[in-house]
Amino acid sequence: MPGPPVRAEGLVRTFAGTPVLAGVDLALDAGEVVVLLGPNGAGKTTLLRLLALLLRPSGGRLALFGEDATRASPAVRRRIGYVGHESACYADLTGAENLAFYAELYGVAPARVRDLLDWTGLDGAARRPVRTYSRGMTQRLALARALLHEPDLLLLDEPFSGLDPEAVAQLQTRIGELRTAGHTILLTTHDVERAVPVATRLALLHRGRVAWTRAGGGADAATIVAAYRTVIGGRA
Amino acid sequence: MRDALAILRKDLRIEWRTRESVSSVFVLGVLLLVVLTVAQDPEAEQAPALAPGVLWAAFVLTGLLGIQRTFLLERENDCLAGLLGAPIDPASIYVGKLAANVVLLGLVQAFVLPLVGLFLHLDLVPALPGLIAVCFLGNLGFAALATLFGAIAVRVRAREVMLPLLLLPLLVPLLIGAVQATRGVLAGGLVLAGGGITVLAAFDVVFTVAGWLLFAYVVAP
Repeated sequence: MPGPPVRAEGLVRTFAGTPVLAGVDLALDAGEVVVLLGPNGAGKTTLLRLLALLLRPSGGRLALFGEDATRASPAVRRRIGYVGHESACYADLTGAENLAFYAELYGVAPARVRDLLDWTGLDGAARRPVRTYSRGMTQRLALARALLHEPDLLLLDEPFSGLDPEAVAQLQTRIGELRTAGHTILLTTHDVERAVPVATRLALLHRGRVAWTRAGGGADAATIVAAYRTVIGGRA
Repeated sequence: MRDALAILRKDLRIEWRTRESVSSVFVLGVLLLVVLTVAQDPEAEQAPALAPGVLWAAFVLTGLLGIQRTFLLERENDCLAGLLGAPIDPASIYVGKLAANVVLLGLVQAFVLPLVGLFLHLDLVPALPGLIAVCFLGNLGFAALATLFGAIAVRVRAREVMLPLLLLPLLVPLLIGAVQATRGVLAGGLVLAGGGITVLAAFDVVFTVAGWLLFAYVVAP
């Protein structure tokens, strides 16, 4: 399918007349890992839910893989994986049952479930109800769910939130593996220190607009924090 | 169809594991039947006339409680986003949820029906085939409407109040048909229940098709 993973031009989203996104311009090319920074209320989650086709834009243009997002086909939907603030996993099913259910919806072979349980280190807990999982385990299960169908575009909303340092390091490693495997990733966070090592590009969302973008890679976290604070007025 | 079956299996597995709907419906069903029959305290000859109203009032009120749960479990952990993000036809979500609700409500009926006989001292066995047919038609119509409105109610704040408010006025034709059909079956079999059964069948067709067609708009972003 032709077209880059994401092209947003003047993207607007309002809730009850209040603009949350006020004209976002953002483009993601294949294989990029773009980290979207921004304070609470900047519109990061709204932007990700728009890209995950869980919300409709109020204005502007959004194309995913070259297709208008407002008329996105199931084929486009199949190329997107989304991990939100919550896991989208059923608390009373086991980890394996959750993945098997979503595998059926995505038409994915059951062997893929075993591979992902192994990759996320959840194979030992696969037969336990998700209700008994720790925050880190739930986050890994949500990541496995989003990766079941090997999406070209992976959207991660605050993936480091609530994780201990070891779990953060594991997640950073896995994001690195996904980047190497060619996935395009957009992740949101306000944790600059954790975001910089995994990013090929960073963007700051502030008051519903992209205030700046910077190259990632070898970027110095302190410089990014300084630039962040300059825009948002000291709240980092 | 494959997606609908996956959703049906998932819902039934969760219900089997938690038994949340069934257990709450069981308690409410007994209480309602006790209240409805004790309040009337019918004579033996009044019981057949009273039974259809008691049966369907108990069924609708317990069913409302049970049916809320099927969409509430999609709300927990934002599972609805997982379903809506999947490359499936929203109509298959409707069909899967409808089928799960029909099974759940069938269990409610299988429990409420003998209790009505017990509390009203009625022998329902001779009329059982007809009663099962009427119960199934009433179940399908109720589930068709409740599945559609359950998806609406789960997205609003006062969802526990909203579902009965949306649903009960629209259920009036179904209840009239169901009570008429049940009365006919108890009086002399399916032949006397023709009018009520026609109403039930029409209700089922209209709201099953409407739910199937409208569900995508109801759950649209």
